Amino acid sequence: MSASAPAAARTHEAAISARGIVRDFEAGQTTTRVLHGIDADIRSGEMTYVVGESGSGKTTLISIMCGILWPTEGEVRVFGTDIYALSDTELVNFRLKNIGFIFQQYNLIPSIDVAANAAVPLIAGGMGVSEARERAKALLDKLNIADQADKLPSQLSGGQQQRVAIARALVHEPRLVVCDEPTAALDARSGRRVMDLLREVAVAEDRACIIVTHDNRIFDLADRILVLEDGRVIHDGADMPEDQ
Amino acid sequence: MLWIAIRMLTGDAQKFYGLLFGIAFSTLLITQQLTIFVNLVERGASGVYNAPEAEIWVMDPVSRTTEVNYAMPSTALDEVRSVEGVEWAVPHLRAPASVRTSTGDLEGVQIIGVDDATLIGLPERLVIGDKRILYQPDTVLIDDFGVFNLFGPEEEPIGARLELNDQRAVIRGVTDSIPTFTSQVTLYTTYSRALNYVPGTRNRLTFVLAGVGEGETAQAVAARIERQTGLKAVTRPQFAQSGIDFIIENTGIPLNFGITVALGFIVGVAIVGLTFSLFIRDNIRQFGALKAIGVTNAKIVRMVAAQAAMVGSIGYALGVVGTVAFIWAFSGNPTFKGFYIPWQIPLLSLAAVVLILALTGWLGLRSVLSTEPAAVFR
Repeated sequence: MSASAPAAARTHEAAISARGIVRDFEAGQTTTRVLHGIDADIRSGEMTYVVGESGSGKTTLISIMCGILWPTEGEVRVFGTDIYALSDTELVNFRLKNIGFIFQQYNLIPSIDVAANAAVPLIAGGMGVSEARERAKALLDKLNIADQADKLPSQLSGGQQQRVAIARALVHEPRLVVCDEPTAALDARSGRRVMDLLREVAVAEDRACIIVTHDNRIFDLADRILVLEDGRVIHDGADMPEDQ
Repeated sequence: MLWIAIRMLTGDAQKFYGLLFGIAFSTLLITQQLTIFVNLVERGASGVYNAPEAEIWVMDPVSRTTEVNYAMPSTALDEVRSVEGVEWAVPHLRAPASVRTSTGDLEGVQIIGVDDATLIGLPERLVIGDKRILYQPDTVLIDDFGVFNLFGPEEEPIGARLELNDQRAVIRGVTDSIPTFTSQVTLYTTYSRALNYVPGTRNRLTFVLAGVGEGETAQAVAARIERQTGLKAVTRPQFAQSGIDFIIENTGIPLNFGITVALGFIVGVAIVGLTFSLFIRDNIRQFGALKAIGVTNAKIVRMVAAQAAMVGSIGYALGVVGTVAFIWAFSGNPTFKGFYIPWQIPLLSLAAVVLILALTGWLGLRSVLSTEPAAVFR
């Protein structure tokens, strides 16, 4: 386990409770089952990795867990709320208030500056642009890129863009942070630096952090690892199994 | 979010200007072509507009417009004058003729003979000279378009001698007239003199122009004239409309202009649709990310609507300004004399722009709305 993981932050309360998750994808006449009745819990105060080979269903699982993909069967409770019992609008608002996303390709808006990009969840929540930018700048300062606040994303390096994406995920203080392949495009050293940064800013007593990755260079930084294979959880523990 | 939407739009300068160009070009094409169409068909009523005093036009029942007419016996004038409610009635002659210029050229002209005593039937204003100059012998007035058509830039029309049906005519004034639909040279003279200028036929009174007495309406008096005389009598607006309708019904102009306007619309849809869909496609991941973060479809629709409204309003304004500039630039050309933009036309082109943007925006939105937020993880 990571030596930097703050023990006090681990409360082990279930942030996400997924039960009997099944997801089928249809293509013409063919139906493919991607997830086969998965039961999983994600706890607050922990950095949980969801790992597995390509096609194992990890992206589908976290998409369902964070309320952006409907399961074919099963129930997902996020901080006690049965999110798929909510109406569409309620679910979107739930995501806006409770979930922060860090995408593999960052998906920053190229034509607005860094501060505005980081402020998007606040603006979407109805906050005025200037106030939202100021709040975002404070977080950018914490991430050591406040001096880039007025630049466009295209003027930043990949690592700096990732920090902006992290700022955008955290600016509205969500209780769940979902991170997709954060180290895929980084070398080992930069990857570990990003993970340390994420642990510092995204893991807290009342906040859960899920990271989807297949980067075995950072497995040792996880508090908990869920291993998926062919749509089933084959391991749920603090360390990677020997044979992986 | 609207602020973000606008920044997304203006941040991609190439597509933003492409969209502006598409809307502006469409607006320009639709507004300019409709303006030319309306002004051109209104030329069908120029004969009526150029005789402003006439409240009622009386004619043979087969006459249709000021140009398509059939002469009546001269007794028709007295018949009209005897109808109750007619304040005054004067003869009016319109006939084609050939004129030989001082250089020997032959030109087809329209002769208009106005009442000798009152000069009713002349255009309201003269560019050069005074209406009373018609009382001088052999005098004709020429319309301003005729000056452009018959004389070179260095030639002086006043005092020029013409030969009309072996008669001498001297130009002594220039009228401020709306050109005819066929842009034919028009010569004004007195009714009695006009009878000498046009080849003789048995009946040569083409119209009787009448005014109505106090307390009467033109509509009622016209109906009374028709009942009593068996002639056709129409009010000024009705006769102007007949001239316009005649052009619409008997020429290919509406079809040709209609095709151009339709092309303007299609070009607008094509350019704007293509650019807008490219813009949406380029930003589909950002829209997907916004949806995942927690932006509702309704907000996305409002964002795209704001983008469309911005590009639409600027492009539309540019197009209308372009049309105004076109009309202004050509206002000195006699062919475009009196051209104006009726207020209905900018409204029509605005409706077309709204339709173009609604159509293309909806096409672009379909892909955004159907994008699953989960797609951003793929």
